[in-house]
Amino acid sequence: MLKFIIPLILFIILAVFLALGLNLKPSEIPSPFINKPAPVFSAPKLNEPEEKLTPADLKGKVWLFNVWASWCVSCRAEHPVLNQLAQQNAVFIVGLNYKDEPNDAKNWLDMLGNPYNVSIMDQDGRIGIDYGVYGVPETFVIDKKGLIRHKHTGPVTAEDVQQTFLPLIARLQAEP
Amino acid sequence: MKRLLFIFLLIMSSSVYAVDFRQLSDPEQQETYETLTKELRCLVCQNQTIADSNAELAADLRRQVYEMLQQGKSKQEIIQFMTDRYGDFVLYKPPFKGKTSVLWIAPVVFLLMGLITVFFFIRRKKAAANQQTKAGALETDIEKQKKIRSLLGKGDPS
Repeated sequence: MLKFIIPLILFIILAVFLALGLNLKPSEIPSPFINKPAPVFSAPKLNEPEEKLTPADLKGKVWLFNVWASWCVSCRAEHPVLNQLAQQNAVFIVGLNYKDEPNDAKNWLDMLGNPYNVSIMDQDGRIGIDYGVYGVPETFVIDKKGLIRHKHTGPVTAEDVQQTFLPLIARLQAEP
Repeated sequence: MKRLLFIFLLIMSSSVYAVDFRQLSDPEQQETYETLTKELRCLVCQNQTIADSNAELAADLRRQVYEMLQQGKSKQEIIQFMTDRYGDFVLYKPPFKGKTSVLWIAPVVFLLMGLITVFFFIRRKKAAANQQTKAGALETDIEKQKKIRSLLGKGDPS
């Protein structure tokens, strides 16, 4: 009897590990930023380079911080979803134009529409490093106190907006 | 000869690293720079270190390490800087703590399990073999005698 039970148990353990492994996404690295203050930056705005934006300016607002670039193919796929989200006026959207040429970035927004309330420039990628960005697009949700509450790696889909972003934003808007 | 040379060149060509032009004036810092870039993971191309990778992010992280060393930051401070931003995943040698304990302990446990299995397997085999030789000794003797006789051409005695 034992002869059959031991291999069976080993098989089950192996199967469980393999099944878990199938569903893991190694490209999604857990962010160490959840519930931590959004890293400070002071970056020029894309449309008014002489003006700067810092997270302190956004205190009291729930905001999305979306990392994008005109060279980023997945950003193009994500863009219509952001445009739609912007139309709903549910949340203040800040774009981080990551390692991009300002002119390319402006053309891109003219062509595809601009969902961002404001975009800031990070030409040498330093703000990206401070936010632990490793793949564009990435999206952070930041609450009224300036804490990062959610991070999404890769393009945001319409489904993500409905199931994750909008409920979370509604909850955060209700917070004092 | 030509073929040998070709093979030799082919083998050598695999060890091409990302071009890194940075050089720190202090040899000790240079060494820290080299070890650090080999211990930090490039997060885009997950199975390469930032020293190996030509990805943009790897280049940016190398620049970050370089600048922090120039500012006189210690190795520990730079590792802290990276893990604060990218989590333990950025380290090729993850620290030993609750979350990563399985990672560190599992190989040892598996090795021990393997050794124990092999030990019992061999002991059982040996015991079985011993018993068989004792029981089989008489039988084989008779067999052998038969064979000797037939080889000597004396025919079967029975």
